[in-house]
Amino acid sequence: MHPAPSVIFFTVFSGIGFGLLFFLGLGIPAVTGWTAFAFFVIAYLCAVGGLISSTFHLGHPERALKAFTQWRSSWLSREGWCAVIALILMGLYGAGLVFFGQHWGLIGFLGSVFSVLTVFTTSMIYTQLKTIPRWNTPLTPAMFMSFSLSGGALLAGQTTWAMVLIAIAAAIQIVLWMQGDGALAGSGTDLATATGLGTGGSVRAFEPPHTGTNYLLKEFAYTVGRKHSQKLRIISIGLFAVLPVVLLLLPFSHFIALLAVASHVAGALAARWLFFAEAEHVVGLYYGKR
Amino acid sequence: MTTLPQTTERKLGLVIDLDTCVGCHACVISCKGWNTENYGAPLSDTDAYGGDPSGTFLNRVHSYEVQPEAGAAQLIHFPKSCLHCEDAPCVTVCPTGASYKRVEDGIVLVNETDCIGCGLCAWACPYGAREMDAVEKVMKKCTLCVDRIYNENLPEEDREPACVRTCPAGARHFGDFADPDSNVSKLTAERGGMELMPEQGTKPVNRYLPPRPKDTIETDQIDILAPYLAPVAEEATGFLGWLDKTLEKL
Repeated sequence: MHPAPSVIFFTVFSGIGFGLLFFLGLGIPAVTGWTAFAFFVIAYLCAVGGLISSTFHLGHPERALKAFTQWRSSWLSREGWCAVIALILMGLYGAGLVFFGQHWGLIGFLGSVFSVLTVFTTSMIYTQLKTIPRWNTPLTPAMFMSFSLSGGALLAGQTTWAMVLIAIAAAIQIVLWMQGDGALAGSGTDLATATGLGTGGSVRAFEPPHTGTNYLLKEFAYTVGRKHSQKLRIISIGLFAVLPVVLLLLPFSHFIALLAVASHVAGALAARWLFFAEAEHVVGLYYGKR
Repeated sequence: MTTLPQTTERKLGLVIDLDTCVGCHACVISCKGWNTENYGAPLSDTDAYGGDPSGTFLNRVHSYEVQPEAGAAQLIHFPKSCLHCEDAPCVTVCPTGASYKRVEDGIVLVNETDCIGCGLCAWACPYGAREMDAVEKVMKKCTLCVDRIYNENLPEEDREPACVRTCPAGARHFGDFADPDSNVSKLTAERGGMELMPEQGTKPVNRYLPPRPKDTIETDQIDILAPYLAPVAEEATGFLGWLDKTLEKL
Protein backbone atom coordinates (compact mmCIF):
# COMPACT_ATOMS: atom_id res chain seq x y z
CA MET A 1 0.00 0.00 0.00
CA HIS A 2 1.09 3.55 -0.68
CA PRO A 3 2.24 4.99 2.69
CA ALA A 4 0.51 8.40 2.57
CA PRO A 5 2.26 10.76 5.04
CA SER A 6 -1.10 12.32 6.03
CA VAL A 7 -2.49 8.97 7.17
CA ILE A 8 0.71 7.91 8.99
CA PHE A 9 0.80 11.26 10.83
CA PHE A 10 -2.93 11.02 11.58
CA THR A 11 -2.91 7.48 13.04
CA VAL A 12 0.20 8.06 15.17
CA PHE A 13 -0.62 11.49 16.59
CA SER A 14 -4.37 11.12 17.05
CA GLY A 15 -3.59 7.73 18.66
CA ILE A 16 -1.24 9.35 21.17
CA GLY A 17 -3.65 12.28 21.72
CA PHE A 18 -6.63 10.04 22.46
CA GLY A 19 -4.35 7.82 24.59
CA LEU A 20 -3.49 10.85 26.74
CA LEU A 21 -7.19 11.85 26.91
CA PHE A 22 -7.98 8.31 28.11
CA PHE A 23 -5.67 8.75 31.12
CA LEU A 24 -6.79 12.33 31.80
CA GLY A 25 -10.43 11.25 31.78
CA LEU A 26 -9.69 8.69 34.48
CA GLY A 27 -8.03 11.39 36.58
CA ILE A 28 -4.48 10.14 35.93
CA PRO A 29 -2.66 12.37 36.80
CA ALA A 30 -5.13 14.19 39.07
CA VAL A 31 -4.48 17.71 37.83
CA THR A 32 -6.52 20.92 38.02
CA GLY A 33 -6.07 24.55 36.96
CA TRP A 34 -3.25 25.56 34.64
CA THR A 35 -1.44 22.23 34.96
CA ALA A 36 -4.60 20.52 33.65
CA PHE A 37 -4.82 23.19 30.94
CA ALA A 38 -1.30 22.29 29.71
CA PHE A 39 -2.11 18.55 29.62
CA PHE A 40 -5.35 19.12 27.72
CA VAL A 41 -3.71 21.47 25.20
CA ILE A 42 -1.11 18.79 24.38
CA ALA A 43 -3.78 16.08 24.07
CA TYR A 44 -6.02 18.22 21.83
CA LEU A 45 -3.08 19.34 19.65
CA CYS A 46 -2.18 15.69 18.98
CA ALA A 47 -5.74 14.37 18.58
CA VAL A 48 -7.19 17.26 16.54
CA GLY A 49 -3.94 17.83 14.59
CA GLY A 50 -4.02 14.17 13.56
CA LEU A 51 -7.69 14.34 12.56
CA ILE A 52 -7.11 17.48 10.47
CA SER A 53 -4.12 15.78 8.82
CA SER A 54 -6.36 12.85 7.85
CA THR A 55 -8.54 15.17 5.76
CA PHE A 56 -5.53 16.03 3.55
CA HIS A 57 -5.74 12.69 1.79
CA LEU A 58 -9.39 13.27 0.84
CA GLY A 59 -10.18 14.25 -2.73
CA HIS A 60 -13.04 16.48 -1.57
CA PRO A 61 -12.48 17.52 2.08
CA GLU A 62 -15.23 20.15 1.73
CA ARG A 63 -17.76 17.29 1.76
CA ALA A 64 -16.27 15.67 4.90
CA LEU A 65 -19.41 16.30 7.00
CA LYS A 66 -21.25 13.73 4.85
CA ALA A 67 -19.01 11.09 6.42
CA PHE A 68 -21.14 11.24 9.59
CA THR A 69 -24.17 9.74 7.86
CA GLN A 70 -23.27 6.04 7.47
CA TRP A 71 -22.41 4.98 11.03
CA ARG A 72 -24.67 1.92 10.69
CA SER A 73 -22.33 0.22 8.19
CA SER A 74 -19.04 2.12 7.88
CA TRP A 75 -16.15 2.02 10.38
CA LEU A 76 -14.83 5.28 8.92
CA SER A 77 -18.13 6.98 9.74
CA ARG A 78 -18.16 5.46 13.25
CA GLU A 79 -14.65 6.76 13.80
CA GLY A 80 -15.85 10.28 12.97
CA TRP A 81 -18.69 10.04 15.52
CA CYS A 82 -16.49 8.55 18.29
CA ALA A 83 -13.85 11.25 17.77
CA VAL A 84 -16.37 14.10 17.96
CA ILE A 85 -18.15 12.64 21.02
CA ALA A 86 -14.82 12.01 22.79
CA LEU A 87 -13.58 15.53 22.06
CA ILE A 88 -16.84 17.16 23.29
CA LEU A 89 -16.96 15.07 26.49
CA MET A 90 -13.29 15.63 27.26
CA GLY A 91 -13.70 19.34 26.47
CA LEU A 92 -16.47 19.58 29.11
CA TYR A 93 -14.47 17.50 31.58
CA GLY A 94 -11.32 19.56 30.92
CA ALA A 95 -13.26 22.84 31.37
CA GLY A 96 -14.45 21.58 34.75
CA LEU A 97 -10.87 20.79 35.84
CA VAL A 98 -9.28 23.96 34.47
CA PHE A 99 -11.85 26.68 35.19
CA PHE A 100 -13.93 25.35 38.06
CA GLY A 101 -11.51 22.99 39.83
CA GLN A 102 -14.25 20.35 39.59
CA HIS A 103 -13.67 16.66 38.86
CA TRP A 104 -16.77 15.51 36.94
CA GLY A 105 -15.93 11.82 37.16
CA LEU A 106 -18.75 10.41 35.04
CA ILE A 107 -18.08 12.77 32.10
CA GLY A 108 -14.36 11.99 32.35
CA PHE A 109 -15.02 8.25 32.42
CA LEU A 110 -17.31 8.43 29.36
CA GLY A 111 -14.72 10.63 27.62
CA SER A 112 -12.08 7.94 28.30
CA VAL A 113 -14.35 5.23 26.90
CA PHE A 114 -14.99 7.20 23.70
CA SER A 115 -11.27 8.06 23.37
CA VAL A 116 -10.42 4.35 23.34
CA LEU A 117 -13.35 3.66 21.01
CA THR A 118 -12.01 6.28 18.59
CA VAL A 119 -8.68 4.44 18.33
CA PHE A 120 -10.51 1.11 18.03
CA THR A 121 -12.74 2.36 15.21
CA THR A 122 -9.66 3.78 13.41
CA SER A 123 -8.00 0.38 13.60
CA MET A 124 -11.15 -1.36 12.33
CA ILE A 125 -10.99 0.68 9.10
CA TYR A 126 -7.84 -1.31 8.31
CA THR A 127 -8.73 -4.58 10.06
CA GLN A 128 -11.99 -5.05 8.10
CA LEU A 129 -10.21 -5.25 4.73
CA LYS A 130 -10.06 -8.88 3.56
CA THR A 131 -8.22 -7.56 0.51
CA ILE A 132 -5.14 -6.87 2.68
CA PRO A 133 -4.49 -10.14 4.56
CA ARG A 134 -1.67 -8.58 6.63
CA TRP A 135 -4.20 -6.23 8.29
CA ASN A 136 -7.17 -8.60 8.45
CA THR A 137 -6.42 -9.89 11.98
CA PRO A 138 -7.48 -9.06 15.58
CA LEU A 139 -3.83 -8.13 16.21
CA THR A 140 -4.32 -4.92 14.21
CA PRO A 141 -6.71 -3.29 16.72
CA ALA A 142 -4.54 -4.66 19.56
CA MET A 143 -1.50 -2.98 18.00
CA PHE A 144 -3.24 0.37 17.43
CA MET A 145 -4.67 0.46 20.95
CA SER A 146 -1.45 -0.59 22.68
CA PHE A 147 0.48 2.10 20.79
CA SER A 148 -2.16 4.68 21.66
CA LEU A 149 -2.19 3.82 25.36
CA SER A 150 1.60 3.59 25.69
CA GLY A 151 2.02 7.00 24.04
CA GLY A 152 -0.74 8.36 26.28
CA ALA A 153 0.87 6.94 29.42
CA LEU A 154 4.23 8.48 28.43
CA LEU A 155 2.67 11.92 27.96
CA ALA A 156 0.64 11.55 31.16
CA GLY A 157 3.93 10.97 33.02
CA GLN A 158 2.89 7.50 34.21
CA THR A 159 6.33 5.88 34.16
CA THR A 160 5.35 2.39 35.31
CA TRP A 161 2.25 2.19 33.10
CA ALA A 162 4.26 3.51 30.17
CA MET A 163 6.95 0.83 30.52
CA VAL A 164 4.40 -2.00 30.85
CA LEU A 165 2.29 -0.75 27.92
CA ILE A 166 5.34 -0.15 25.69
CA ALA A 167 6.47 -3.73 26.35
CA ILE A 168 2.99 -5.00 25.41
CA ALA A 169 2.95 -2.82 22.26
CA ALA A 170 6.38 -4.11 21.24
CA ALA A 171 5.33 -7.74 21.74
CA ILE A 172 2.13 -7.27 19.70
CA GLN A 173 4.00 -5.41 16.94
CA ILE A 174 6.63 -8.17 16.64
CA VAL A 175 3.98 -10.91 16.42
CA LEU A 176 2.03 -8.82 13.87
CA TRP A 177 5.15 -8.49 11.72
CA MET A 178 5.97 -12.20 11.91
CA GLN A 179 2.39 -13.32 11.26
CA GLY A 180 1.99 -10.68 8.53
CA ASP A 181 4.90 -12.00 6.46
CA GLY A 182 2.92 -15.16 5.75
CA ALA A 183 -0.55 -13.60 5.70
CA LEU A 184 -0.99 -13.25 1.94
CA ALA A 185 0.27 -16.78 1.25
CA GLY A 186 -2.03 -18.10 4.00
CA SER A 187 -5.10 -16.20 2.81
CA GLY A 188 -5.89 -18.65 0.02
CA THR A 189 -6.01 -15.85 -2.55
CA ASP A 190 -3.46 -16.18 -5.35
CA LEU A 191 -3.24 -15.61 -9.09
CA ALA A 192 -5.02 -18.93 -9.68
CA THR A 193 -8.14 -17.92 -7.70
CA ALA A 194 -7.93 -14.33 -8.99
CA THR A 195 -8.17 -15.47 -12.60
CA GLY A 196 -9.97 -18.79 -12.11
CA LEU A 197 -7.39 -20.29 -14.50
CA GLY A 198 -5.57 -22.46 -11.94
CA THR A 199 -7.16 -25.74 -13.04
CA GLY A 200 -5.35 -25.64 -16.40
CA GLY A 201 -1.83 -25.33 -14.99
CA SER A 202 0.35 -22.68 -13.41
CA VAL A 203 -0.68 -19.10 -14.20
CA ARG A 204 1.70 -16.23 -14.80
CA ALA A 205 1.02 -12.62 -15.70
CA PHE A 206 2.15 -12.38 -19.32
CA GLU A 207 1.26 -8.83 -20.38
CA PRO A 208 -0.03 -5.96 -18.24
CA PRO A 209 -3.12 -4.13 -19.54
CA HIS A 210 -1.24 -0.84 -19.90
CA THR A 211 2.35 0.23 -20.49
CA GLY A 212 2.26 3.20 -18.10
CA THR A 213 1.34 3.31 -14.45
CA ASN A 214 -2.13 3.89 -12.99
CA TYR A 215 -3.99 4.55 -9.73
CA LEU A 216 -4.08 0.86 -8.83
CA LEU A 217 -0.32 0.36 -9.17
CA LYS A 218 0.51 3.60 -7.32
CA GLU A 219 -1.94 2.94 -4.48
CA PHE A 220 -1.75 -0.84 -4.04
CA ALA A 221 1.50 -2.14 -5.51
CA TYR A 222 3.95 -0.02 -3.50
CA THR A 223 7.16 -2.00 -2.99
CA VAL A 224 9.87 0.55 -2.13
CA GLY A 225 9.92 -0.22 1.60
CA ARG A 226 10.35 -3.97 1.35
CA LYS A 227 14.10 -3.95 0.70
CA HIS A 228 15.03 -2.46 4.06
CA SER A 229 12.08 -3.72 6.06
CA GLN A 230 14.10 -5.89 8.48
CA LYS A 231 16.47 -3.01 9.31
CA LEU A 232 13.57 -0.60 9.67
CA ARG A 233 11.78 -3.00 12.02
CA ILE A 234 14.82 -3.16 14.30
CA ILE A 235 15.28 0.64 14.20
CA SER A 236 11.59 1.12 14.94
CA ILE A 237 11.55 -1.28 17.93
CA GLY A 238 14.72 0.36 19.26
CA LEU A 239 13.19 3.83 19.05
CA PHE A 240 9.61 3.24 20.21
CA ALA A 241 10.30 0.57 22.85
CA VAL A 242 13.90 -0.10 23.93
CA LEU A 243 15.27 3.45 24.19
CA PRO A 244 12.21 4.96 25.98
CA VAL A 245 12.16 2.13 28.55
CA VAL A 246 15.90 2.55 29.22
CA LEU A 247 15.41 6.32 29.59
CA LEU A 248 12.45 5.83 31.96
CA LEU A 249 14.56 3.54 34.16
CA LEU A 250 17.04 6.40 34.69
CA PRO A 251 16.42 8.90 37.53
CA PHE A 252 13.47 11.07 36.42
CA SER A 253 14.03 14.48 34.85
CA HIS A 254 11.82 16.42 32.46
CA PHE A 255 14.56 16.47 29.82
CA ILE A 256 14.94 12.67 29.88
CA ALA A 257 11.14 12.27 29.75
CA LEU A 258 11.04 14.55 26.69
CA LEU A 259 13.75 12.44 25.02
CA ALA A 260 11.75 9.28 25.78
CA VAL A 261 8.62 10.82 24.19
CA ALA A 262 10.53 12.01 21.09
CA SER A 263 12.14 8.60 20.63
CA HIS A 264 8.82 6.79 21.09
CA VAL A 265 7.05 9.01 18.53
CA ALA A 266 9.86 8.61 15.97
CA GLY A 267 9.76 4.82 16.38
CA ALA A 268 5.96 4.76 16.17
CA LEU A 269 6.09 6.79 12.92
CA ALA A 270 8.59 4.29 11.46
CA ALA A 271 6.44 1.33 12.54
CA ARG A 272 3.33 2.93 11.03
CA TRP A 273 5.19 3.67 7.78
CA LEU A 274 6.03 -0.05 7.60
CA PHE A 275 2.40 -0.92 8.44
CA PHE A 276 1.33 0.70 5.17
CA ALA A 277 4.41 0.13 2.99
CA GLU A 278 4.59 -3.62 3.70
CA ALA A 279 0.86 -4.29 3.30
CA GLU A 280 0.14 -6.36 0.19
CA HIS A 281 -3.23 -5.74 -1.50
CA VAL A 282 -4.53 -8.75 -3.43
CA VAL A 283 -5.13 -6.61 -6.55
CA GLY A 284 -1.35 -6.73 -7.05
CA LEU A 285 -1.83 -10.40 -8.01
CA TYR A 286 -3.56 -9.38 -11.24
CA TYR A 287 -0.41 -7.46 -12.19
CA GLY A 288 1.90 -10.32 -11.21
CA LYS A 289 3.37 -8.11 -8.47
CA ARG A 290 3.11 -10.55 -5.57
CA MET B 1 -27.45 4.08 2.01
CA THR B 2 -24.29 2.05 2.21
CA THR B 3 -26.00 -0.97 3.68
CA LEU B 4 -26.53 -3.62 1.02
CA PRO B 5 -30.01 -4.69 -0.12
CA GLN B 6 -31.03 -8.19 1.05
CA THR B 7 -31.99 -9.15 -2.48
CA THR B 8 -32.27 -7.30 -5.76
CA GLU B 9 -35.17 -7.71 -8.20
CA ARG B 10 -32.78 -8.33 -11.08
CA LYS B 11 -29.07 -9.16 -11.15
CA LEU B 12 -27.68 -7.43 -14.21
CA GLY B 13 -24.15 -8.35 -15.13
CA LEU B 14 -21.73 -9.63 -17.74
CA VAL B 15 -20.50 -12.99 -18.92
CA ILE B 16 -16.98 -12.77 -20.31
CA ASP B 17 -15.85 -15.62 -22.53
CA LEU B 18 -12.13 -16.22 -22.00
CA ASP B 19 -12.19 -18.76 -24.83
CA THR B 20 -13.28 -16.17 -27.37
CA CYS B 21 -11.58 -12.97 -26.23
CA VAL B 22 -8.80 -12.05 -28.66
CA GLY B 23 -7.31 -9.30 -26.48
CA CYS B 24 -7.95 -6.42 -28.92
CA HIS B 25 -8.81 -3.90 -26.15
CA ALA B 26 -11.76 -2.54 -28.18
CA CYS B 27 -13.96 -2.86 -25.06
CA VAL B 28 -11.43 -0.74 -23.11
CA ILE B 29 -11.59 2.04 -25.67
CA SER B 30 -15.36 2.04 -26.20
CA CYS B 31 -15.85 2.05 -22.42
CA LYS B 32 -13.52 5.01 -22.00
CA GLY B 33 -15.20 6.84 -24.88
CA TRP B 34 -18.78 6.36 -23.69
CA ASN B 35 -18.07 7.03 -20.02
CA THR B 36 -15.98 10.12 -20.69
CA GLU B 37 -18.68 11.74 -22.83
CA ASN B 38 -21.77 10.75 -20.84
CA TYR B 39 -22.83 9.99 -17.24
CA GLY B 40 -20.70 11.46 -14.44
CA ALA B 41 -17.29 13.09 -14.30
CA PRO B 42 -15.12 12.43 -17.40
CA LEU B 43 -12.35 9.82 -17.17
CA SER B 44 -9.24 11.96 -17.15
CA ASP B 45 -5.79 11.36 -18.60
CA THR B 46 -2.69 12.99 -17.16
CA ASP B 47 0.44 13.60 -19.26
CA ALA B 48 -1.37 11.81 -22.09
CA TYR B 49 1.22 12.78 -24.75
CA GLY B 50 4.25 12.95 -22.46
CA GLY B 51 6.74 10.47 -21.09
CA ASP B 52 4.66 9.27 -18.13
CA PRO B 53 1.06 8.88 -19.28
CA SER B 54 -1.59 7.71 -16.83
CA GLY B 55 -5.36 7.64 -16.95
CA THR B 56 -8.61 6.40 -15.46
CA PHE B 57 -10.19 3.34 -17.06
CA LEU B 58 -13.21 1.30 -15.92
CA ASN B 59 -12.21 -1.79 -17.89
CA ARG B 60 -8.74 -3.21 -18.50
CA VAL B 61 -7.52 -6.29 -20.38
CA HIS B 62 -4.76 -8.36 -18.76
CA SER B 63 -3.05 -11.28 -20.50
CA TYR B 64 -2.02 -14.45 -18.67
CA GLU B 65 -0.07 -17.52 -19.67
CA VAL B 66 -1.20 -20.88 -18.34
CA GLN B 67 1.46 -23.60 -18.40
CA PRO B 68 0.05 -27.13 -18.05
CA GLU B 69 2.18 -29.92 -16.56
CA ALA B 70 2.90 -31.18 -20.09
CA GLY B 71 2.45 -29.55 -23.45
CA ALA B 72 2.36 -26.05 -24.80
CA ALA B 73 1.40 -23.00 -22.74
CA GLN B 74 -1.89 -21.24 -23.45
CA LEU B 75 -2.25 -17.46 -23.66
CA ILE B 76 -5.49 -16.04 -22.23
CA HIS B 77 -6.71 -12.48 -22.58
CA PHE B 78 -8.57 -11.41 -19.49
CA PRO B 79 -10.84 -8.33 -19.48
CA LYS B 80 -11.59 -7.08 -15.97
CA SER B 81 -14.17 -4.54 -14.80
CA CYS B 82 -16.57 -4.22 -11.85
CA LEU B 83 -18.28 -7.55 -11.07
CA HIS B 84 -21.28 -5.85 -9.35
CA CYS B 85 -20.93 -8.17 -6.33
CA GLU B 86 -23.95 -9.20 -4.27
CA ASP B 87 -21.88 -8.74 -1.08
CA ALA B 88 -20.00 -5.72 -2.37
CA PRO B 89 -17.39 -4.77 0.28
CA CYS B 90 -16.83 -1.43 -1.48
CA VAL B 91 -20.39 -0.34 -0.61
CA THR B 92 -20.43 -1.05 3.11
CA VAL B 93 -17.12 0.73 3.84
CA CYS B 94 -18.31 4.02 2.29
CA PRO B 95 -18.70 6.65 5.04
CA THR B 96 -20.90 9.06 3.07
CA GLY B 97 -23.43 6.84 1.33
CA ALA B 98 -21.99 7.77 -2.07
CA SER B 99 -21.53 4.09 -2.99
CA TYR B 100 -24.68 2.04 -3.26
CA LYS B 101 -26.14 -1.09 -4.81
CA ARG B 102 -29.44 -0.60 -6.61
CA VAL B 103 -32.39 -2.68 -5.39
CA GLU B 104 -34.05 -2.78 -8.82
CA ASP B 105 -31.19 -4.24 -10.87
CA GLY B 106 -28.19 -4.80 -8.57
CA ILE B 107 -25.91 -2.28 -10.31
CA VAL B 108 -23.24 -0.83 -7.97
CA LEU B 109 -22.94 2.92 -8.51
CA VAL B 110 -21.19 5.97 -7.03
CA ASN B 111 -23.10 9.19 -6.41
CA GLU B 112 -20.24 11.50 -7.35
CA THR B 113 -21.62 14.58 -5.59
CA ASP B 114 -21.48 12.70 -2.25
CA CYS B 115 -18.02 11.13 -2.78
CA ILE B 116 -15.31 12.65 -0.55
CA GLY B 117 -12.53 10.82 -2.40
CA CYS B 118 -11.24 8.92 0.64
CA GLY B 119 -10.39 5.88 -1.50
CA LEU B 120 -11.52 3.32 1.08
CA CYS B 121 -13.90 1.58 -1.38
CA ALA B 122 -10.99 0.97 -3.77
CA TRP B 123 -9.03 -0.51 -0.84
CA ALA B 124 -11.95 -2.84 -0.07
CA CYS B 125 -12.33 -4.09 -3.67
CA PRO B 126 -10.18 -7.19 -4.37
CA TYR B 127 -10.54 -6.81 -8.16
CA GLY B 128 -9.13 -3.33 -8.73
CA ALA B 129 -12.47 -2.32 -10.24
CA ARG B 130 -12.46 1.19 -8.76
CA GLU B 131 -10.07 3.94 -9.73
CA MET B 132 -9.81 7.41 -8.18
CA ASP B 133 -9.84 10.01 -10.94
CA ALA B 134 -6.66 12.08 -10.70
CA VAL B 135 -8.37 15.27 -11.89
CA GLU B 136 -11.93 15.04 -10.55
CA LYS B 137 -10.81 13.45 -7.22
CA VAL B 138 -13.87 11.20 -7.08
CA MET B 139 -14.10 7.42 -7.35
CA LYS B 140 -14.92 6.06 -10.81
CA LYS B 141 -16.22 2.60 -11.59
CA CYS B 142 -18.17 0.61 -14.19
CA THR B 143 -21.85 1.68 -14.25
CA LEU B 144 -22.82 -1.22 -16.50
CA CYS B 145 -23.64 1.69 -18.83
CA VAL B 146 -26.73 2.53 -16.81
CA ASP B 147 -27.20 5.49 -19.17
CA ARG B 148 -27.38 3.19 -22.23
CA ILE B 149 -29.29 0.10 -21.09
CA TYR B 150 -32.49 2.03 -20.20
CA ASN B 151 -32.00 4.82 -22.75
CA GLU B 152 -35.04 5.00 -25.04
CA ASN B 153 -33.33 7.63 -27.20
CA LEU B 154 -30.96 4.92 -28.46
CA PRO B 155 -31.93 2.25 -31.02
CA GLU B 156 -32.81 -0.99 -29.23
CA GLU B 157 -29.66 -2.84 -30.33
CA ASP B 158 -27.54 -0.16 -28.62
CA ARG B 159 -29.25 -0.60 -25.22
CA GLU B 160 -26.44 -2.70 -23.78
CA PRO B 161 -23.09 -1.77 -22.22
CA ALA B 162 -20.62 -0.14 -24.62
CA CYS B 163 -18.05 -2.92 -24.08
CA VAL B 164 -20.58 -5.61 -25.05
CA ARG B 165 -21.86 -3.63 -28.04
CA THR B 166 -18.36 -3.11 -29.44
CA CYS B 167 -16.75 -6.54 -28.87
CA PRO B 168 -15.85 -7.82 -32.38
CA ALA B 169 -15.38 -11.39 -31.15
CA GLY B 170 -18.70 -11.71 -29.30
CA ALA B 171 -16.80 -12.51 -26.11
CA ARG B 172 -18.98 -10.32 -23.87
CA HIS B 173 -22.62 -10.96 -22.97
CA PHE B 174 -25.00 -8.79 -20.94
CA GLY B 175 -28.12 -9.98 -19.14
CA ASP B 176 -30.06 -10.76 -15.96
CA PHE B 177 -28.56 -13.51 -13.78
CA ALA B 178 -31.73 -13.62 -11.65
CA ASP B 179 -33.63 -15.02 -14.64
CA PRO B 180 -32.65 -18.69 -15.16
CA ASP B 181 -33.72 -18.51 -18.83
CA SER B 182 -31.61 -15.46 -19.71
CA ASN B 183 -28.69 -15.73 -22.15
CA VAL B 184 -26.15 -15.13 -19.37
CA SER B 185 -27.69 -17.75 -17.02
CA LYS B 186 -27.72 -20.33 -19.80
CA LEU B 187 -24.12 -19.60 -20.84
CA THR B 188 -22.99 -19.83 -17.22
CA ALA B 189 -24.74 -23.18 -16.76
CA GLU B 190 -23.54 -24.68 -20.07
CA ARG B 191 -19.91 -23.58 -19.92
CA GLY B 192 -19.24 -23.68 -16.16
CA GLY B 193 -19.07 -19.91 -15.64
CA MET B 194 -16.72 -19.14 -12.75
CA GLU B 195 -16.47 -16.51 -10.00
CA LEU B 196 -13.21 -14.63 -9.45
CA MET B 197 -11.70 -14.92 -5.95
CA PRO B 198 -14.69 -16.81 -4.46
CA GLU B 199 -12.76 -17.07 -1.16
CA GLN B 200 -13.07 -13.30 -0.68
CA GLY B 201 -16.80 -13.81 -0.10
CA THR B 202 -17.91 -10.97 -2.36
CA LYS B 203 -20.39 -13.11 -4.38
CA PRO B 204 -19.61 -11.48 -7.73
CA VAL B 205 -22.47 -11.35 -10.27
CA ASN B 206 -20.26 -11.34 -13.39
CA ARG B 207 -19.06 -14.73 -14.55
CA TYR B 208 -16.05 -15.83 -16.63
CA LEU B 209 -16.29 -18.74 -19.07
CA PRO B 210 -13.10 -20.83 -18.87
CA PRO B 211 -11.03 -21.32 -22.04
CA ARG B 212 -11.62 -24.63 -23.81
CA PRO B 213 -8.59 -26.92 -24.09
CA LYS B 214 -6.69 -26.29 -27.31
CA ASP B 215 -5.86 -28.92 -29.93
CA THR B 216 -2.74 -30.90 -29.05
CA ILE B 217 0.42 -30.01 -30.90
CA GLU B 218 2.35 -33.06 -32.11
CA THR B 219 5.89 -32.03 -31.35
CA ASP B 220 7.54 -35.26 -32.57
CA GLN B 221 6.16 -34.90 -36.11
CA ILE B 222 8.83 -34.49 -38.83
CA ASP B 223 8.59 -31.12 -40.54
CA ILE B 224 8.82 -31.86 -44.27
CA LEU B 225 9.56 -28.21 -45.08
CA ALA B 226 12.52 -27.95 -42.71
CA PRO B 227 15.22 -28.99 -45.26
CA TYR B 228 14.18 -26.14 -47.51
CA LEU B 229 14.66 -23.64 -44.70
CA ALA B 230 18.33 -24.53 -44.05
CA PRO B 231 20.79 -21.66 -44.67
CA VAL B 232 21.90 -21.69 -48.32
CA ALA B 233 25.39 -20.15 -48.00
CA GLU B 234 27.09 -21.73 -45.02
CA GLU B 235 30.64 -20.74 -46.03
CA ALA B 236 31.41 -17.25 -47.27
CA THR B 237 32.88 -17.20 -50.78
CA GLY B 238 34.62 -14.62 -53.00
CA PHE B 239 36.04 -11.47 -51.42
CA LEU B 240 34.27 -12.04 -48.07
CA GLY B 241 35.61 -15.62 -48.02
CA TRP B 242 39.18 -14.37 -48.62
CA LEU B 243 38.72 -11.66 -45.93
CA ASP B 244 37.37 -14.22 -43.48
CA LYS B 245 40.33 -16.56 -44.06
CA THR B 246 42.89 -13.75 -43.91
CA LEU B 247 41.49 -12.36 -40.66
CA GLU B 248 41.38 -15.88 -39.28
CA LYS B 249 45.15 -16.30 -39.94
CA LEU B 250 46.18 -13.08 -38.16
